[in-house]
Amino acid sequence: MPTKEIAQELAETLKGFDADYIEAHLEETETSHLTYRGKELESIGRSSSVGGNIRALVKGGWGFVSFNHLDELRGKVELAVREARLAGNEKSRLAEVEPVVDIVPGGADKNPASIPLAEKKKLLDEYNEIVWRTPKLQTSIITYGDGHKKTIFLNSEGSYIEQERADITLRLHAIATEGSDVQQAGLSIGSRGDFEVISGLHQQIQEKVEHAVALLKAPQVKGGEYTVVLDPVLAGVFVHEAFGHLSESDFIYENDRLYQIMTLGREFGLRELNIIDNPTLSGLRGSYKYDDEGVSATKTYLIWEGKLVGRLHSRETAAKMKEEPTGNARAVNYHYPPIVRMTNTYIESGRASFDDMIGDIKEGIYAKNWYGGTTSMEMFTFSAAEAYMIRRGRIAEAIRPVVLTGNVFTTLKNIDAIANDLDMNQGGGCGKGEQVPLPVSNGSPHIRIRRCLVGGK
Amino acid sequence: MEGLLAQAKKVAAEAEVFVVSIEETSVEFEANRLKHIQSKETTTVALRLIRQGRIGYAVSTRLEDRHKLVKIAAETAQFGMLARFHFPHRTTYPQVEVFDPGVESIAIAEMIRLGEGLIASVTRHTPDIVCEAGVTKAVTSVRILNSEGGQATYRQSTFGLGIRGNLIYDTDMLFVGDIEISGHPLPESGVVAGRVIQQLELAKNQASLTTRKLLVIFTPRGVASTLISPLMAAFNGKIVQEGASPIGSKLGQQVFSKKLNLADDPKLAYRPQSRPFDDEGVPSQHTPLIQGGAVMGFLYDLQTAALANTQSTASGSRSGGGLPAPAPSAFVIAQGDTTFDEMVQDIKEGLVIEALMGAEQGNILSGVFSGNVLLGYKVESGKIVGRVKDTMVSGDIYRLLNEIIAVGSDARWVGGHLKTPSLYCPGLSVASKK
Repeated sequence: MPTKEIAQELAETLKGFDADYIEAHLEETETSHLTYRGKELESIGRSSSVGGNIRALVKGGWGFVSFNHLDELRGKVELAVREARLAGNEKSRLAEVEPVVDIVPGGADKNPASIPLAEKKKLLDEYNEIVWRTPKLQTSIITYGDGHKKTIFLNSEGSYIEQERADITLRLHAIATEGSDVQQAGLSIGSRGDFEVISGLHQQIQEKVEHAVALLKAPQVKGGEYTVVLDPVLAGVFVHEAFGHLSESDFIYENDRLYQIMTLGREFGLRELNIIDNPTLSGLRGSYKYDDEGVSATKTYLIWEGKLVGRLHSRETAAKMKEEPTGNARAVNYHYPPIVRMTNTYIESGRASFDDMIGDIKEGIYAKNWYGGTTSMEMFTFSAAEAYMIRRGRIAEAIRPVVLTGNVFTTLKNIDAIANDLDMNQGGGCGKGEQVPLPVSNGSPHIRIRRCLVGGK
Repeated sequence: MEGLLAQAKKVAAEAEVFVVSIEETSVEFEANRLKHIQSKETTTVALRLIRQGRIGYAVSTRLEDRHKLVKIAAETAQFGMLARFHFPHRTTYPQVEVFDPGVESIAIAEMIRLGEGLIASVTRHTPDIVCEAGVTKAVTSVRILNSEGGQATYRQSTFGLGIRGNLIYDTDMLFVGDIEISGHPLPESGVVAGRVIQQLELAKNQASLTTRKLLVIFTPRGVASTLISPLMAAFNGKIVQEGASPIGSKLGQQVFSKKLNLADDPKLAYRPQSRPFDDEGVPSQHTPLIQGGAVMGFLYDLQTAALANTQSTASGSRSGGGLPAPAPSAFVIAQGDTTFDEMVQDIKEGLVIEALMGAEQGNILSGVFSGNVLLGYKVESGKIVGRVKDTMVSGDIYRLLNEIIAVGSDARWVGGHLKTPSLYCPGLSVASKK
């Protein structure tokens, strides 16, 4: 039976249970991937997946059942309700939202599954050719992945929402070696199903590959505190890791002490600092019309003029904190319940120019691009994929990639300049608990941080 | 499965069907209270075939998608890698005990009791701590069938118990945690609670470091968060084959301290990574990787082994639903004879690393790492004096593991992938915020 008909039948089923709230997600996914390792196409494949889940709330406790087989769904609803009843022993609280019936056309997203594998392979062949023209390059890994997903959401309050999304990512790791020294450089680009975005990268790939080789000769920086200028990509990772995760209310709503730290109105940075999470921007990887609880997406100011003004919510965290729901409950796929997540998170443009910013730095570091980042709420680390010394106001020699770390609260306060060149990075995937990678985007203009701790010799 | 294989054989010289089904139930606590109970059923069906000498591949969640699977696998085979191997024939597999029916029958109420007990022990010690905890049971069924007569199946049980605690004073945050995983049901939570309480005790005071080069003790969790990812990459036959492993050309050579012994072992009874055969149906084996500091071997799947002119070490793994690739089952570092206390007593000024954040973000192939000490303690004149904060350390795992001062007598499992003792090493660089 087509998923749509199953969903309509299920809508009736959900009504007859003794639970405070029940919702269901049904999902059909098509993906394809190509991986080059070295000269050869190592792996090429396609997959299709059908599945769903039922989530029930009884007296504040949640039951959750996920499955690949869409038969006997009544039994699965029963199980979820039974589990919720076992877990619950207080009052259920969910922020009120109007039930929504909507079929969101997938129009903005092209389905990358319809592009022939041969065409995808041809593009990667061209990229791989660039890699192998470069001397001293030991090997490379190029990974292309795309997916197209149709979801149906329904709940016991009468919501019924169909949405579609497409996603493309391209990642390149170039590995250069000399003796037992191994250096890497890379690139990570994503789009909302638009193949064009990853098509014209020849020049960029050439540069990354050459950079990997150049790193063999580059020195490692001496560890310590530096004035650091971050490019928009790395600053975007910084805002996501260092601040964004702290704005996720599921960390805060039952942790009184964290709540006190994250009191609205608290000053986090200079007056020019504005931080926003916005799933309503069109065509970005973190964009959507409704979240996975059927709540309309909204633009949320997290920091306005340096002060904390908002945070990200699910229906439950919004109700418990007596704030408005923001539509940030997302699940990476049907195996998991929705949790509070970011979407497109960015620092707004300021007024400084990049040249002004580095002009008065005697010795500092210009850190670009990213390998990754992680946070423990208070402390963060993030890795630049490329780094250069700044000497007497100018970009100087390349150094080996650096890891930057610090305390979120002091580091945000140490941002003393924000440039006017906001750029969004679409290459990221966010992880929280087991739910990884969730499509998000991050962005920022160039920012300057005083006294940032850098790992090194 | 037979139907899918029969259909695939019509279009391909060789074919293989791999089906894995997982049934998992977990009980999850948030903010010290029971919050979620979850049941998950997952089925993955993978068809791999060799057509005109090339590998084709397709994955689905349903065995019923027979036509689609065969069509897609045949399509991808036009572009696939040249197959350098044949699927394994029918063979005998080692006896590896991985299924305890007791896991399946354990009641949710019992899992709730365990989680509540764990949280109660930790909050009794530190009433202000906010904990997340989880108790999980799972049964995995694996079946392989191929056109060369190979067929194999096993069921595996796993039971896990984990906790993460967060203690905040103003903007100072302390994170503690531990996890235990077994193939048997865990009857009580005392071991995990004990380790977390020990972390809380050691972190009671704060201390700051003054020296830039320090002696360091990695606890088993510290070893896991700092040293293991680079080693797992370096011993991966695929990375060796590509020439990107720093030890790839050092087979038989002394690269590490004589005190270091490491093996990959998928045959240990009732461990979550154990199995009678790998994800390609190759019988499991114990593979020595480091003996007395010398590099003894690398991990291979069928294709990579053929490219490297050697044999598969039964390390074909399909994590993530992709084609098999070499991956460790469980890394086991042999324990030594120095107690943790003896290591601490030996140090004038040094650092104990329990958890490092960000070490895996850098260039793990080179072995050079930097990370922020998420949980670590300062040692002063032979005693742990308190927790260090705002401290970044960096080092080179090849240097550290070459210059090991002592290997601990305290080997234990850290999660499912690693069994290790504490390791005591010289020369870690430290950058602290003033």
